[in-house]
Amino acid sequence: MVPALVKLESVSKSYSRDSLIIPVLDNIILKVPKGEFLALMGPSGSGKTTLLNLIAGIDRPSAGDVIVGDIKINDLSESALAQWRSRYIGFVFQFYNLMPVLTAFENVELPLLLTKLSKKERHQHVESALSVVGLEDRMKHYPRQLSGGQEQRVAIARALVTDPTLILADEPTGDLDKISAEEVMVLLSRLNSEFEKTIIMVTHDPRAAEKAHTRKYLDKGELV
Amino acid sequence: MVAFGVIRTLIDSYYAGADVLPPDRLVTRNAVSIIFYVPLAYKEKIEKVPGVESVSYGNWFGGLYKNDPKNFFPNYTVGPGFIDLYREYIFEPEQREQFLKEKNSAIAGQRLANRFGWKVGDPIRLTGQIYPGEWDFVLRAIYKGREPGVDENSLMFRWDYFDDRLRQTTPEMAKNGVGWYVVKIADPQQAPVISTEIDALFKNSAAETLTETEKSFTLGFLAQMDAIIVGMRIISYLIIGVILLVLVNTMAMSARERISEYALLKTLGFGPSHLIGLILGESMAVAVFGGLLGILLMFPVIGAASQFLQNFFSGFEVNALTILLAMTFVLIVGITASLFPIYKAVRLPIIQGLRNVG
Repeated sequence: MVPALVKLESVSKSYSRDSLIIPVLDNIILKVPKGEFLALMGPSGSGKTTLLNLIAGIDRPSAGDVIVGDIKINDLSESALAQWRSRYIGFVFQFYNLMPVLTAFENVELPLLLTKLSKKERHQHVESALSVVGLEDRMKHYPRQLSGGQEQRVAIARALVTDPTLILADEPTGDLDKISAEEVMVLLSRLNSEFEKTIIMVTHDPRAAEKAHTRKYLDKGELV
Repeated sequence: MVAFGVIRTLIDSYYAGADVLPPDRLVTRNAVSIIFYVPLAYKEKIEKVPGVESVSYGNWFGGLYKNDPKNFFPNYTVGPGFIDLYREYIFEPEQREQFLKEKNSAIAGQRLANRFGWKVGDPIRLTGQIYPGEWDFVLRAIYKGREPGVDENSLMFRWDYFDDRLRQTTPEMAKNGVGWYVVKIADPQQAPVISTEIDALFKNSAAETLTETEKSFTLGFLAQMDAIIVGMRIISYLIIGVILLVLVNTMAMSARERISEYALLKTLGFGPSHLIGLILGESMAVAVFGGLLGILLMFPVIGAASQFLQNFFSGFEVNALTILLAMTFVLIVGITASLFPIYKAVRLPIIQGLRNVG
């Protein structure tokens, strides 16, 4: 049996707004094996993105534990968590989140600035990542000079350039037309099958979800 | 920054004349006011005070060149040995000799000579405002200051010419008195003691004296404009305050626009130190670029202004302290402007920042 890379043990999350406590996730128990391609689905407000944020270590659970690999990430300090994210997580956002003043190359290079790689090594890594997503000829282009699909592929290159253990994608096709969405999904599938990346993807899109090995549904903060 | 530099330079120039005065010269004047005479007979008594090396005197003349108030410049009559006390005035030796030989000769500072295009040998006529009549001189010497800040805008002429003419034309104005004495002392450390001794000599006389270092005397004179100078200082600091507000606002706007970028950087693993470096770097880059541009522009602007102001100020040029102050303010402004954005970026919860996207 493949060991679980991600374990959520009785995870709950609620937000306080004024005097109200708004529960978002309730007692989530989830195991994601290494090499899995999981699609998290569910209606708006069901807590999909919150769950993804907890796994990414950019939010903390109100109760329960989030364990990635052997590390209980909710116990880490902010700075340790930042360091952990830079080593283990690749994040793909719905709206790409590229730096508009940086070229595609520079955007992909960003996470590598936190490593001890030399400039030459960084260059090689960025070129490899951009060639994986088929944008080696767009390295000097700025985000405004790219289509939405190309921007998302640059964002995927950025997510994989550090060779992370886990790629988390939040509605990666949510802002794309049908063809671009298909291209992005093919790419994510390749990352999973060829490069053996564990992927957890939040999506509304049933076509995107079809590419995943496993689909899980969230409703009102509970896995159903 | 240019306006700051111009105002600072104006203030510095205003005080520059006093700053270069040596500490071994005292000025003795009438204790009531400079406008009252001090008897000429005091000279011998002052010379006998221990520590005094030599004494000369001067008297404000206040004549107008071509009888036009626009041509104002300081002009006064000086007693024997007066120019010897002013080692900061540099003369051609032959010009100096000529001045000492010729009774109606005058000497002028280089800037003043330049202002009116005077050359040695030129006749100069001043119209007396206090002492009536047309007064004719021959310019026999032009002096230069030994260092920037030394007054080069004055005209001096001989006491004997002045006194003789008064006795001939307006004897009621010849009072055997002078405006002030200049006293050269051997040891500047003794200035307070010697000043006290000089004043003690004339205590309870008809013309009591007040003796102080020439620098104090000059600063006292300049203090008449103190309110304006204080106002100008305040304006110079207000300018820095306005620059600070503009940059703080710019950086705050920039921080607001970049919330999602900061959140992204945090998601990628960039820690607080990276964000601080990034924001501080940007703020400093804006401040230093603007500041250096302002400092560089100071030179041509002040150079152009000095063409008009050199008649009133000696050494109207940017000094090192002004540049140092400007650079210090640039650093302070750069750092201060980055504080709020840094606080905001470091405290920003990632998920809140990411919500700003799209």
